Amino acid sequence: MTLALTINGEPRTITDAGTVEELLSQLHLDPRAVVVEVNRKIIRRAAIAVTPVADGDAVEIVHFVGGG
Amino acid sequence: MLEIAGHKFASRLLVGTGKYRDNDEMMRAIDASGASVVTVAVRRVNLDRADEAGILHQLTADRYFLLANTAGCYSADEAIRYARLAREAGFNDFVKLEVIGDKETLLPDVAGLLEATSVLAADGFKVMAYTNDDLVTALRLEAAGAVAVMPLASPIGSGLGLLNPYFIRTIKTRLRVPVIVDAGVGTASDACLVMEQGVDGILMNTALAEAQDPVGMAKAMRFAVEAGRAAYLAGRMPRREVAVPSSPDRGMLD
Repeated sequence: MTLALTINGEPRTITDAGTVEELLSQLHLDPRAVVVEVNRKIIRRAAIAVTPVADGDAVEIVHFVGGG
Repeated sequence: MLEIAGHKFASRLLVGTGKYRDNDEMMRAIDASGASVVTVAVRRVNLDRADEAGILHQLTADRYFLLANTAGCYSADEAIRYARLAREAGFNDFVKLEVIGDKETLLPDVAGLLEATSVLAADGFKVMAYTNDDLVTALRLEAAGAVAVMPLASPIGSGLGLLNPYFIRTIKTRLRVPVIVDAGVGTASDACLVMEQGVDGILMNTALAEAQDPVGMAKAMRFAVEAGRAAYLAGRMPRREVAVPSSPDRGMLD
């Protein structure tokens, strides 16, 4: 199944990712190192494996970088 | 010992992690500074470079107290969103709150800052609010629930030093929560002068990252913060407009 998502502001097509955890896995991202928002709602760590992603969702994936 | 909202920190020097030439130099500078509180920013992961290392590969949360900031946010809503994302990372519920009002000076949007402080404090955050050197704003931030107020010495990244010692001293005198001067120090004498005003600590970034030798400057800043604090506690002599000899005026030869 193919999903058209907006990830970090850019359109992306993802296949075979039904949950946030699977999406992160396809993007080669460690769930412990990032925080995810789907449609402006923060996904709690414990819910990553059970939160679905759906066609048209806007996903933000952030992490900590150097800053003052 | 610096204490903020019940958390004790060994050093009164807090440091940022931005703008270093490389991570190795940053880590050596942080170690030389003696800081345990280090600030980090929240940004999008670069998906085209998934192997790009976030800062957590360098800064382990068991060794450093990670203080997330909301740098780059220009409204209360945006800053609140960034703060909540940072908290979900799971390290602590502190946030260094910035709501910027002007791109050129990076001075704070005071109305947005007060609004975001109220919302975040009610939501359980321990808000450390970056602000200007205005006493009334500082008092209102404290009343809104900030656990520390962080007035600037001078604009972020300017290195202009402490522009208004009187205002910083006044803020420290009037607030009950810790006052941490954030932004503007350029070299060790600036940091020492800031600490001599009696404030609880200093947060700096550019003064270290843009020094020719960040590790050397971090060491200098560590001494300067300790020296300034010690001088404040010791109490300086009064200023006089006339000279007073240090040697006895009696016992001189005829």
